[in-house]
Amino acid sequence: MPDLLNEPVEAPKSDVLGEPPVHRDAARQQDVFEDPPKSSSKSSSVKKAASSEMFGDDDDDEDLFKEPPKVVTKKPQPSGPPVDVFTEVKSDVKVKPQVKDDPTDLFAEEALTAPAPKPSAGSSSSRTNGVHSEEQDLFSEVRSNLHTALRGISHSVSLFFSVSFFHIKLEEEESEDKFDLNISITNPEKVGDGMNAYMAYKVSTQTSLTMFRSKTFTVRRRFSDFLGLFEKLSEKHSQNGYLIPPPPEKSILGMTKVKVGKEDPSSAEFVERRRAALERYLQRVVSHPSLLQDPDVREFLEKEELPRAVSTQALSGAGFLKMLNKATDAVSKMTIKMNEQDVWFDEKIQDVENEEQHLRKLHVMVESLVNHRKELSGNTAVFAKSVAMLGSSEDNTALSRALSQLAEVEDRIEQLHQEQASNDFFTFSELLADYIRLLGAVRGCFDQRMKAWQRWQDAENMLQKKREAEAKLLWANKPDKLQQAKDEITEWEAKVTQYEREFERISATVRKEVIRFDKEKARDFNRQVIKYLESLLHSQQQLIKYWDAFLPEAKAIV
Amino acid sequence: SDALSNNEHLSSPRAVNVDLQTDATLQVDISDALSERDKVKFTVHTKSTLPNFKQNEFSVVRQHEEFIWLHDSFVENEEYAGYIIPPSPPRPDFDASREKLQKLGEGEGSMTKEEFTKMKQELEAEYLAIFKKTVAMHEVFLCRVAAHPVLRKDLNFHVFLEYNQDLSVRGKNKKEKLEDFFKNVVKSADGVLVAGVKDVDDFFEHEKTFLLEYHNRVKDSSAKSDRMIRSHKSAADDINRIASTHSPLPLLFSNSQKIEARVAADEDLKLADLLKYYLRESQAAKDLLYRRGRALVDYENANKALDKARAKNKDVLQAETTQQVCCQKFEKISESAKQELIDFKTRRVAAFRKNLVELAELELKHAKGNLQLLQSCLGVLKGDT
Repeated sequence: MPDLLNEPVEAPKSDVLGEPPVHRDAARQQDVFEDPPKSSSKSSSVKKAASSEMFGDDDDDEDLFKEPPKVVTKKPQPSGPPVDVFTEVKSDVKVKPQVKDDPTDLFAEEALTAPAPKPSAGSSSSRTNGVHSEEQDLFSEVRSNLHTALRGISHSVSLFFSVSFFHIKLEEEESEDKFDLNISITNPEKVGDGMNAYMAYKVSTQTSLTMFRSKTFTVRRRFSDFLGLFEKLSEKHSQNGYLIPPPPEKSILGMTKVKVGKEDPSSAEFVERRRAALERYLQRVVSHPSLLQDPDVREFLEKEELPRAVSTQALSGAGFLKMLNKATDAVSKMTIKMNEQDVWFDEKIQDVENEEQHLRKLHVMVESLVNHRKELSGNTAVFAKSVAMLGSSEDNTALSRALSQLAEVEDRIEQLHQEQASNDFFTFSELLADYIRLLGAVRGCFDQRMKAWQRWQDAENMLQKKREAEAKLLWANKPDKLQQAKDEITEWEAKVTQYEREFERISATVRKEVIRFDKEKARDFNRQVIKYLESLLHSQQQLIKYWDAFLPEAKAIV
Repeated sequence: SDALSNNEHLSSPRAVNVDLQTDATLQVDISDALSERDKVKFTVHTKSTLPNFKQNEFSVVRQHEEFIWLHDSFVENEEYAGYIIPPSPPRPDFDASREKLQKLGEGEGSMTKEEFTKMKQELEAEYLAIFKKTVAMHEVFLCRVAAHPVLRKDLNFHVFLEYNQDLSVRGKNKKEKLEDFFKNVVKSADGVLVAGVKDVDDFFEHEKTFLLEYHNRVKDSSAKSDRMIRSHKSAADDINRIASTHSPLPLLFSNSQKIEARVAADEDLKLADLLKYYLRESQAAKDLLYRRGRALVDYENANKALDKARAKNKDVLQAETTQQVCCQKFEKISESAKQELIDFKTRRVAAFRKNLVELAELELKHAKGNLQLLQSCLGVLKGDT
């Protein structure tokens, strides 16, 4: 057997029998890739015989490849059997370069694209066993299943995800490495007076990561510092397709109230809202593995004094949106329609746009709910007082007492409504606002990719022109200008190659970023929904307590 | 376009928010009701063992205006001056609801089919709730009359119950409404005057003070409860709208919305309606006190007139007759008024008790239901199941 199989890795059959089935499969899988055509039929039939001996199945290779799709549709933990298959292959057959280096992450589609072409690269036409073409079909099935899964993730934009999905997502979260960096923003303090006053926030970091000087440290930052950070990161990384989390929006009205020193609940709410938004913003920045490595981020967290970011005037939330829109406009003005090789991007862009629309609609409704709840809270308080008055003028003693009890219950309920409104707002409404901004940033990533593509296409056109110019010169027989033309062609050929590579790089980055974003979004929404429901639960428990206490009073009326 | 079918039939007995003793000799209820475009037709059903009626059981169809006619005939009847006249039911008002339905119809193009259906259902439920309420209030009026020992014998009442043709009472025209308005102005001015007169009887003096204050406070509470419940309904509507934008719809939000809406509806029924009713009843009680006060003033004036006549020895007989009449009137009113006011108190306390208990029980039921729902949802989300 071993001779026929022609594999250095191929252990004697007796040994193979002792190996775990997976390993055996892996080796055989490899045969499919590597065997020279002439021995294929023989080897496959032998293989088949061998396999039937071992497993009693006729078509084991098929079984092997059937596995990945099943695994994916179950949306399992990243470390599933298929992964093991590949790693086993890798470890056992180091000499076989055709095996993709890191196909472990099934969830990254790029990994899958590599193996898929491989079978076809090998002369598939000469393959007599049908397994080969089956592989390809099965791989594409895997891809499409994965694709559906990803679309499912992107569609679960609202807090109303399908429950099983949530379940899986949480499992995934637990199995990932624990990210040890905690950021909190606290103690907003007004610094200075009048129109030059500003709010300073305490930014506290707690970490065990070695890139920081100490384990816990605190700095004071103001809002423009956060905007400055965004600007720096954006300048450096957005053209590479990275998703830079957008900062919270500037608010002239809100800040003016604070500056002027208006001590009312609305300005307190504004400060709290901003504090929470800044905290979420920073947390998103540091949870981005690449951004965390940026020295500006480290500096922002660690350095005592930061140089005042002056150019942030332009980069308010509105400014940021404007910038995005400009990019989008530029893209829409492109005359050459991008021939989207990768269907993934096409569909993803559409998904993102739909989702953004959806969230905007939802956000409006949630704001309406928040307002009505606040109104309800106010009206309940007023009603409570009125009932108390009614109770005091009621001349039946028991009824009078019951009415004043009712007044107290309503008073407490008012408090509940107030809290619920705040909950609606901070847990729900702000979450939506964040993601509307983030989706805008995602669209920005896609636009960057478009720009890169455009650059590449423009270079191709230029190269074409240069080639035509060279041809013309040849025909017109002007040898002196020829050399220059040849030089230019070489120059543009290099540019084309460079831009093409850059485009592919940015595509890969954008894809990775979007996938990561989707995961984070799912996690975020999941977490917030749970928080929201828990607070609702608490409200109901309080309500029960209050009415339970009231009921005997009502029954005591005679 | 009327998104709602024009005819709503209601055939089950509704809960009455006023505690009344039902008497087998005369039982009245509204067995059915039909809501047409601009009017509601109530089927008034009577069961009676009294000899006054031709049959033991019969039904007629009446409209709101006929109820008002009956009420007004009581108020204008001098014989009934000493009784609390059961307040007339408020006019059925579907305008707001109809307007909302119309707006919904107009905006149909701008929302998804699902959203539209959901909102339509919600508005239809609201319409139905208003409808049920107006039926209940008309029924309560009739039941109060039927339960009253004197009013139940009223001839107009019997005609109202039995005469199976249209009573041909029309609603008041503009001129009459204006006359009413001025009458009311005069009456309240007079009322103030009369109220200013200190009553010899402690019981009535106390009742006067009490009712004045109570009435004002109930008015205030009624208005504020309405406002509170309106906000509550708006919040429930918002939750409904949010829930309907998503599919597949998780049970949580749709059920939670239903619960929230039910809480608001129950508060409306048990609290707001109660307060509204007692606003009107306390007004009717005040009216009784006013009539008595008026009679007292008339009596005292007649006494003074008699004294003057005797002193001048002129028209003494006439003055004596007047004084006699005033005295009788006053005493008649006083006699029944005392019992009426005591009954009013009893009824009031009982009604409040019933409604407050039911309110608390309903709130508990909803909160517990909601709690369970939330717990099971959280359990699934957190993966505890």
